[in-house]
Amino acid sequence: MTIDGAAPSLPAGSSGGLLESLSGFVTELRTAGIPVSLTENLDAMEALRHIPLEDRDAFKYALAATMVKNNSHWKAFETVFEVYFSLRGREYHITDGGEDAVDELITDLLGSREGEGSGAEGLTPEQLAELLYRALMDGNDAMLRAIARAAVTRYAGMEPGRPVGGTYYLYRTLRQLDLDAVLEKMMDAARQETRGELTELEERLAREEYEARMDALRREIEAEIRRRLVADRGAEAVAKSLRKPLPEDIDFMHASREELLALRKAIAPLTRKLAVRLARKRRHGRKGPLDFRSTVRHSLSYGGVPAEPKFRYPRPSKPEIMVVADISGSVAAFARFTLQMVYAISSQFSRVRSFVFIDGIDEVTDYFRATEDISAAIHRINTEADVIWVDGHSDYGHAFEAFWERWGKDVNSKTTVLLLGDARNNYHAAQAWVLAEVAKKARHVYWLNPEPRSYWDTGDSIVSQYATHCDGAYECRNLKQLERFVEQLG
Amino acid sequence: MSDAAPSRFESPTTVREGLRRVSYLADEGIAGVVYLAERLGKPVLVEGPAGTGKTQLAKSVAELTGSRLIRLQCYEGLDESKALYEWNYKKQLLRIQAQRVGEAASAEKWEDIEEDIFSEQFLLTRPLLEAIRAEEPVVLLIDEVDRVEVETEALLLEILSDYQVSIPELGTVVATQIPLVFLTSNNTRELSEALKRRCLFLHIDYPDIEREREIVLTRVPGISESLADQVVRIVRSIRNLELKKAPSVSETLDWARTLLLLGIQSVDAQAATETLHILLKYQSDIDKAAKDLNASTVSPPR
Repeated sequence: MTIDGAAPSLPAGSSGGLLESLSGFVTELRTAGIPVSLTENLDAMEALRHIPLEDRDAFKYALAATMVKNNSHWKAFETVFEVYFSLRGREYHITDGGEDAVDELITDLLGSREGEGSGAEGLTPEQLAELLYRALMDGNDAMLRAIARAAVTRYAGMEPGRPVGGTYYLYRTLRQLDLDAVLEKMMDAARQETRGELTELEERLAREEYEARMDALRREIEAEIRRRLVADRGAEAVAKSLRKPLPEDIDFMHASREELLALRKAIAPLTRKLAVRLARKRRHGRKGPLDFRSTVRHSLSYGGVPAEPKFRYPRPSKPEIMVVADISGSVAAFARFTLQMVYAISSQFSRVRSFVFIDGIDEVTDYFRATEDISAAIHRINTEADVIWVDGHSDYGHAFEAFWERWGKDVNSKTTVLLLGDARNNYHAAQAWVLAEVAKKARHVYWLNPEPRSYWDTGDSIVSQYATHCDGAYECRNLKQLERFVEQLG
Repeated sequence: MSDAAPSRFESPTTVREGLRRVSYLADEGIAGVVYLAERLGKPVLVEGPAGTGKTQLAKSVAELTGSRLIRLQCYEGLDESKALYEWNYKKQLLRIQAQRVGEAASAEKWEDIEEDIFSEQFLLTRPLLEAIRAEEPVVLLIDEVDRVEVETEALLLEILSDYQVSIPELGTVVATQIPLVFLTSNNTRELSEALKRRCLFLHIDYPDIEREREIVLTRVPGISESLADQVVRIVRSIRNLELKKAPSVSETLDWARTLLLLGIQSVDAQAATETLHILLKYQSDIDKAAKDLNASTVSPPR
């Protein structure tokens, strides 16, 4: 890899260095899960012939437009791009050069400055804080970049060769800068500027503006740390440590808050598809019984000869769905996701009934119906739903029994039952006969399990006892698998 | 490819400036992709939330290059005869009838007729074929391509990769000049790999605050800078909420126009709440945003 060292702007055409880093780049994209086909790769090469290579943005967008065809992959692409091409371009040099303008700014701002070293590096912590405050107030991007660089040098304490991830350094730097205090200081200044005449709306808008600038600073610091890591350890190693699953590969069980947010956006089109699949009924294929009336009506055009028999086509029935979801602690993250999915499904179907259970079971359909706001609904479910029978450890057996007793009569031949849970029953009785009964009455019964298939039936998991009565049990750990489940329906 | 046809754009920067002249404010990404599309002769797949100027981009590019815009609006059930071409069978019938009437006089053979009724004068061109056959430069806009079924997508593939249409009775029609093609999608479903592979991909998101302010200033004549600034900041604030449908750029513009018409110089929470229905289209969203805008009267703890 010839990536170390800040190469000057690359010569046009295909220099060996560029080709090499590009192929490393593409390999890394593929490893990260972004499907880059051979033709797309060739397209990218073709595109690079047409753009000025010293224009970093154009270079980036050319690669993105040809290789990344899904917006949810953009973030992953950006990270890999930063890692592989972060050392290119003049303003991105780690030391010396390109800082004269900033230097002048600093001198301007602070008046004469005693101190050794160049750029923002030689500042005292107080000066740095003051600079940071002013740069944030003015929204001065070049300044913020210089400060980010100085702050990383001063506070991150990066040591060459130390195998620590970027987040550690980021945390160290941010702790020293104490952005929360700076924000308050800025808000005070904004208030003073208008002599306390700031209306609430204005105050809030100002706060949002400052927070946006802080985010920009945070990104600069992150990028700076990344650049140094790359210079230290090489692009491949850093790319590997920064690798994160793509949204469709995120494990529901271990998803962080942000990841869940990203998932929510992705899930809407999927539930729509699910709705279509479940609603679709053999429109073609088998014909219904003879439609006598229509046949006679059409025979008139043949002079009364029923030459063209007409049939009643089976009407696609409105699907009824019952979602029964485990919301116990062992599947907490999955449950949050499940509830979002149930909510999304119920906005697509008119007849969705949702149930949640731990060791007791409760119907929560109305919670979703009463409010348009998903987070409010989830909050109500977590606080109000009566799902605890004895001790709040999941007991599938009892929950299913109660389900059968109270709502079993509502299951009919139009109903599709979706069961969501890991079937970890805490060694209670399975009561699998309930599912057998349900399966007899319902159109379909599906089990979606958030655990990897290799964990099934280990410990207290008894999923296969239930699965024998279902039309299918599916591993459903990420969006890709959920999508596959939806694909094979219907 | 670019060697054959005279290139219309010099660099991404000229594209950007050109688009600005026709009052479309592109960012670097948009300008770069348009430039590449023209250079590489590849279609562009534009994706993004509704109302961020995807369709407008195609229109503006057409205006900029002085080309004719040919638009194909996609919908469920769109088929070959609506998108590509159709035989004008009524005219064909007439032709055969006419033949019968004058049967005694003319001695035309059946083969001649057959050849005749499957000739160009009996062909009804639909948008895709029209774009291919056009002599002058055209911009082809295939709008909301995610609305057609996966099977129908295949119709587009031949055009998008080779710029040609095969008509069994006539042969292959090859484009005389390569049209600029824009496909837009609201991402209601995943498009097929085959389609994506043939296109350059462009995601247009809500613009950042500076660009949106500029858009408001360009598109709403007579608005003051301070009002435009307030408008876009409030809109950004609302977009941060969790809504069913976040306000789009076009709705921002509508809102700015409304405020201007109402003679409001500076937006306060009350004025914003009263005109929220222009920005948001769901009652639940309006309630939520109103609550949020007014909740800020409780100033945050110092």
